[in-house]
Amino acid sequence: MSNNIIEVRDLKMYFPVLRGLLKRKVADVKALDGISFDIKEGETLGLVGESGCGKTTVGRNLIRLYKPTDGSIVFKGKEIAKAKEKDLGWVRREMAMVFQDPYSSLNPRLNSAEIVGEPLKIHNLVSSKKEFNERVEELFVMSGLSPDMMDRYPHEYSGGQRQRLSIARALAGDPSLIICDEPISALDVSMQAQILNLLQKLQEKREGLSYLFISHDLLAVQYISKRVAVMYLGHIVEMADSEELYSHTLHPYSQALLSAQPLPDPFIEENREVVVMQGELPTPLNPPSGCTFHTRCPMAQKICSEKAPELKDVGCGHCVACHLV
Amino acid sequence: MSRLLTVEGLTTEFKTERGIVRAVNNISYTVDSGEIVGVVGESGCGKSVSQMSIMGLIPSPPGKVVAGTAIFGNTDLLKLKKESKEMCEIRGNRISMIFQEPMTSLNPALTVNKQMSEMLLEHKSISKKEARERVIDMLRQVGIPDPESRADDYPHQMSGGMRQRVMVGMAMICDPALIIADEATTALDATIQAQLLEMMNNLVREHHTAMVMVTHNLGIVARYADRINVMYAGSIIESGTVKEIWANPLHPYTESLIHCVPQLGQKVEAIPGMPPSLINRPPTCPFLPRCKYRQKCCFEDPVQELTLVEGTHSTMCALRSGGAKNEQ
Amino acid sequence: MNDTSSIMAVDVDGQLREFRVLDEELLPPVNEFKRFWRVFFKRKVVLICFVVVLLFVFAAFFAKWVAPYDPNEADYYSVMTQPSSTHLLGTDTLGRDLLSRIIYGTQIALEVGLITVIISAAIGTVIGLVAGYATGAVQAIIMRITDAIMAIPSLILQLLISQVVGHGTFGVVVAISLTLFPGYIRLICGQVQSVKQNDYVQAERCMGASRSRIMFKHILPNCVSPLIVQMTMMMGVAILSEASLSFLGLGITPPTPAWGSMCYDGYQYLMTNPLLSIAPGLAIMLLVLSFNMVGDGLRDALDPRLRGSLN
Repeated sequence: MSNNIIEVRDLKMYFPVLRGLLKRKVADVKALDGISFDIKEGETLGLVGESGCGKTTVGRNLIRLYKPTDGSIVFKGKEIAKAKEKDLGWVRREMAMVFQDPYSSLNPRLNSAEIVGEPLKIHNLVSSKKEFNERVEELFVMSGLSPDMMDRYPHEYSGGQRQRLSIARALAGDPSLIICDEPISALDVSMQAQILNLLQKLQEKREGLSYLFISHDLLAVQYISKRVAVMYLGHIVEMADSEELYSHTLHPYSQALLSAQPLPDPFIEENREVVVMQGELPTPLNPPSGCTFHTRCPMAQKICSEKAPELKDVGCGHCVACHLV
Repeated sequence: MSRLLTVEGLTTEFKTERGIVRAVNNISYTVDSGEIVGVVGESGCGKSVSQMSIMGLIPSPPGKVVAGTAIFGNTDLLKLKKESKEMCEIRGNRISMIFQEPMTSLNPALTVNKQMSEMLLEHKSISKKEARERVIDMLRQVGIPDPESRADDYPHQMSGGMRQRVMVGMAMICDPALIIADEATTALDATIQAQLLEMMNNLVREHHTAMVMVTHNLGIVARYADRINVMYAGSIIESGTVKEIWANPLHPYTESLIHCVPQLGQKVEAIPGMPPSLINRPPTCPFLPRCKYRQKCCFEDPVQELTLVEGTHSTMCALRSGGAKNEQ
Repeated sequence: MNDTSSIMAVDVDGQLREFRVLDEELLPPVNEFKRFWRVFFKRKVVLICFVVVLLFVFAAFFAKWVAPYDPNEADYYSVMTQPSSTHLLGTDTLGRDLLSRIIYGTQIALEVGLITVIISAAIGTVIGLVAGYATGAVQAIIMRITDAIMAIPSLILQLLISQVVGHGTFGVVVAISLTLFPGYIRLICGQVQSVKQNDYVQAERCMGASRSRIMFKHILPNCVSPLIVQMTMMMGVAILSEASLSFLGLGITPPTPAWGSMCYDGYQYLMTNPLLSIAPGLAIMLLVLSFNMVGDGLRDALDPRLRGSLN
């Protein structure tokens, strides 16, 4: 257990719904309702789910953009869930984030060298202009960008290159965990592959660099992650090693999700039965009782609407939250 | 199967201050009645622009269809004036389009029933009451629960998936011969996307409607399309049935594209570099700078047209279609 | 370093070589400066108005040389003359050359305009930044007070303030600045709130940037464009306000040539010598209109959606 870079236990995040002139709290949106997982050093954990399942909220809680309502986050042996902003300086350097939208994640008024070098300046990691330039150049090369472009502005880059800039910036503080929040969703297929390979290569090069890879794309997650967690409505419903999860999918939601994903191969598709899940995601404002998935689950039984299932280990680290497994 | 749409030499250009962008470069393809044709490619490859050109939806200026014919029935769609009576008669009635963003394609001020029956009243001579019945029937077919009451909802009262279902219903309501779905399900979640695609697939097969599916998602075409056209830098670089193409991708771009999508238990091979600029392109193969199979002749000879290799499988690559002089 | 950017391929001469594929097949560099001017001058009317503003500025700076007479030199032998070759626009009730007074009036108009705009923009931006970055009660209180000030008709507020502070340039500047700054608070507050939504601000927080760094390095620079547009537009408003106050006798005190008071002086002779009122009135109109059009042009040229585009 000691080589876990981050340990999340029973993480809860409720967003209050405020109404009226006095902004009184009338309800809670339970974005995360008791999430637990670990990420080992040098490992990639993939987090999949549909929009609104809370996967982005997980990432933002880990990096403490949000303050968790409850639960614990132990990063490198220190509890950070309830730490004050002024005590989080080291976390800000040791953890970094890559955002989904390559257009809004880079300040249009700064040139690319300034953008990539922001963490160096914030954490005073360089002592001179020369050192700054050298470090930034190194980061450019590492992310597959030409250092000749250092004085260009973000709008002169394409989407894929902007995402490389984002990655270069994330690497600047020499972090041990990078949270990738849908880093490839906004990109074209061939650019997606480039970014996936870049992320993998960086992990090979840097001993102990871990990722939390958040995406709705099952295939990309399967490709880059060692372990995968499937989320539904603020809960992790299934978590297992990537290969195990895709070959022995246990939770009905994961099965539906996998079946919904068309595979880019007509010969596989030909013999594949498409299980279409009915209905839409319920609102997290008023989640269903018991197992939150029971309203759409094809196998739902009486117990499912009464009692919430626990995430339990069914062997080889394959955890699943379902009464029927 | 009868031929529905024949596009020949379609070329669309956009005037920009940097120069003339040839967004669609001399493409030719056909759509038979009742089949699903996938148009695949990355953004900027001209897949949407080609479809918009046929429908006369290119904003002009700066865009202009500079060459080509698109024979639908007995009419050349490209010869019709944009807002002419004939074009309006075809658009929505004989050919309809589904766009990616349902919120902007639906009028927020009108109820679903109003918008859908408007199409019917425009094109068919029926009463309002009949129209409403047809609308409700259509809504039921696209899987809207409780269609009698949902018909009087406004678009904003529906979820994204529901709105896209309404869009499909609207496209289908006049029983068109051809539907063009331009990234129709891209903005939706995986499970909702699957619901919608299954529904669309069943619906068009049932009504024997032809569908052109414009998408960047190879999985979708692999699952649903009969034939596909792969586009790159404004040209169709490979065309054939889905199985022909996957079994033996002829064009290096198609091959790379298939390999760069993560699949279960396979390594991803990224395509290096970026798609070329579409301004003042040299006559050589557009994929040349990124191609790993390129030969000396590729640098010298102008790119050839789409050449039939076997069956219905054709490619633009000279090396793979036997057009090259010194193939190794 | 990066394997994805090189491939093995056959070169032009038939040899197998390693190629660096140009990842940096970038969009050609865009000269933002050139693009700005091109968009700015795209509309003829903006170009004309820009020239008009420049002419007024020139006239104000070089009034001494441009004006044919001393604006305060009374010539009792030629009182209220019609336009002639010696007095291009005629003379006023004291025999002062009208054209010279209008030219000197430009100084006052621009001076008051510029100072009030700078003062109100500075106050408004600082408060707006605070209000925009803060949330909850602080923001609500600031914005409600701003709304309250904006609900008072500006002329009444200006009259009130100038009564308290006193007449003359100082009084006018204080009065106008105090009525204009709430507009900036609203603008900047809204702008900050929208810029704050951008991921790059979130990214800065992830990197542990201090609040002031985020505010001044990342948020403020992205609020500058609308601020410049607003300031240009407000030049017109300030000049108009100054003219109104002077017209009411509460602004610039005679004999300093101010367009507003000149309008008032000529007002009684509207029937016999209309030029006395109309000429300074036209000057006000022309300058205010020009500032508004220039502001309009700036709005187009500084539109962030146009960044990097060539059209």
